[in-house]
Amino acid sequence: MSDQAGFDPTAPLTASGNLPRRRALSRGAELAATAAAVLAVGVLAVVVYTVVARGAKAIDWSFLVEGAPAGIGPELVGTAIIVAIATLIAMPVGVLIALYLSEYAGGRATQLVKLTMDVMNGLPSIIIGLFIFGLLVNHRQQSGIAASVALAIIMVPPIARGSQEVLALVPGAQREAADALGVSRWRSVLTVVLPSAVGGIVTATVLSVARAAGETAPLIFATSVFDPTRYSFNPLEALPNVPVRVFTLSEEANPEGFTEAWGLSLLLISFILFASLGARALLARSRRKMESA
Amino acid sequence: MSGEPTPPPTRLRIRSDDGVGGVAATGSADGHWRVAPEVVFDSRDVSVFYGAKQALTGVSLAIRRGQITALIGPSGCGKTTFLRSLNRMNDSVPSFRIEGQVLYHGHDLYAGNVDRVEVRRRIGMVFQKPNPFPKSIYDNVAWAPRNLGLKAGLADRVEQALRGAALWDEVKDRLKDSALGLSGGQQQRLCIARAIAIEPDVLLLDEPASALDPIATAAIEELMHSLKGRFTIVIVTHNMQQAARVADRTAFFSLASLGAERPVGTLIEFDDTATIFGGPRDPRTRDYVSGRFG
Repeated sequence: MSDQAGFDPTAPLTASGNLPRRRALSRGAELAATAAAVLAVGVLAVVVYTVVARGAKAIDWSFLVEGAPAGIGPELVGTAIIVAIATLIAMPVGVLIALYLSEYAGGRATQLVKLTMDVMNGLPSIIIGLFIFGLLVNHRQQSGIAASVALAIIMVPPIARGSQEVLALVPGAQREAADALGVSRWRSVLTVVLPSAVGGIVTATVLSVARAAGETAPLIFATSVFDPTRYSFNPLEALPNVPVRVFTLSEEANPEGFTEAWGLSLLLISFILFASLGARALLARSRRKMESA
Repeated sequence: MSGEPTPPPTRLRIRSDDGVGGVAATGSADGHWRVAPEVVFDSRDVSVFYGAKQALTGVSLAIRRGQITALIGPSGCGKTTFLRSLNRMNDSVPSFRIEGQVLYHGHDLYAGNVDRVEVRRRIGMVFQKPNPFPKSIYDNVAWAPRNLGLKAGLADRVEQALRGAALWDEVKDRLKDSALGLSGGQQQRLCIARAIAIEPDVLLLDEPASALDPIATAAIEELMHSLKGRFTIVIVTHNMQQAARVADRTAFFSLASLGAERPVGTLIEFDDTATIFGGPRDPRTRDYVSGRFG
């Protein structure tokens, strides 16, 4: 028998040589990776538990509909208005950018725009807030619109990238079929490409809404001086809003304010969780539909 | 010219040269003289390049109105490239370049003022793999007419197109169902219906039956016979029997070394289908159609 083999092929098939050590190392690496994943889930669980435990008792009907000090109705309405206007601005721009990337741009332009979107996506929101402050607030006044523009800047990159990813899933054969029928490109995009991708586009938008709804820094610049006791619907003035209220309440030396802040946080986190989960379910559904195509 | 005297004893070609002139006279196999229909496509010394790579060289042939012209030959010989050059589908390939001329009813297809969308409005195409839109059967056929402003009598137009594609009886009760639920053969006939719904002048078929089983293939071939005359049809096929069954004229493409480093696809022989399969002039054609190569 050859010595070079280093083992006896007729020996029983139990671990030999340094295999026990290699196996322990492998097991250790697996454990560390699992622990990191568990930790991530754990952190979310602890945050959700804390917010629910402390915030649930603050929430009742008057909390939802009345103004300060008993309730946060004006903030909910204000945030809804701000985010709705931001979505109206960001969605068309984001989808058009995605269409440019997937339907029109050449290789180099695609790379440049994608990089720009990624950089913008990583831009600290306080810098966007500062930019909007200089552009729309300074020498004028705070307004819901200014906040919407800031949130729209935050929302465009995820909408554009998310939409572009689903547009890339639309089979090239469909574009070819449309091209071969003598229909102009934009009509094809509008009636063949976009309908196939609409599920993913809505998903990307909902995810970015969920993210924007909780952004605080730009709102502190744009719409933080408001009267929390009354409803306000005019986006040309500062609008009451959830993130700034959470921030100011938690700054006050007032235990009731703390409870209210927790209650608001619970509302915000539930909205974000449900929006994210709903969006993902929607995306999975439209992916399945597309893949069966 | 049917009143011509004594038919010649053997088949005789007096066509001066394919690719020149609008009308040519042909002595057909049954001994009668016929006037060949007018030329739809006149390809003159066409060469195609993808970047530095030449895919096709020196193709000259004339495709005539109302006939079925088959392009046959081994893989990689440029027949699909040639087909896609006829309605400018290759334009979407970034490195595509064409030399020579393709005249369509006498107009240079690659002239500067030619609009690709207009070209494809007149020259429709059906692809190798059925590619219906993820819409209903009805909407698949109605899509192009709607977008081209042919909205009057749309339901009629859709029915006529589906009848034309021999699909109407199979789908008339489920026009609202998704086209993706149809079988492969039905999907391909739907794609043909979609193409003929806008009544193009020419139909280009790129191996339309290669992804289908023999029964679906037979249905497509039967359909082509029924479309013949109404449309000028150019079909690329790997299947020689298919070419022999459906085509009036057959062009044999193959790879040829023309002093270049690499062999390049080119047209070897173009003639009546009966001649190509019965008595081709070129030994390469003879070898291919007799199954000795390819």
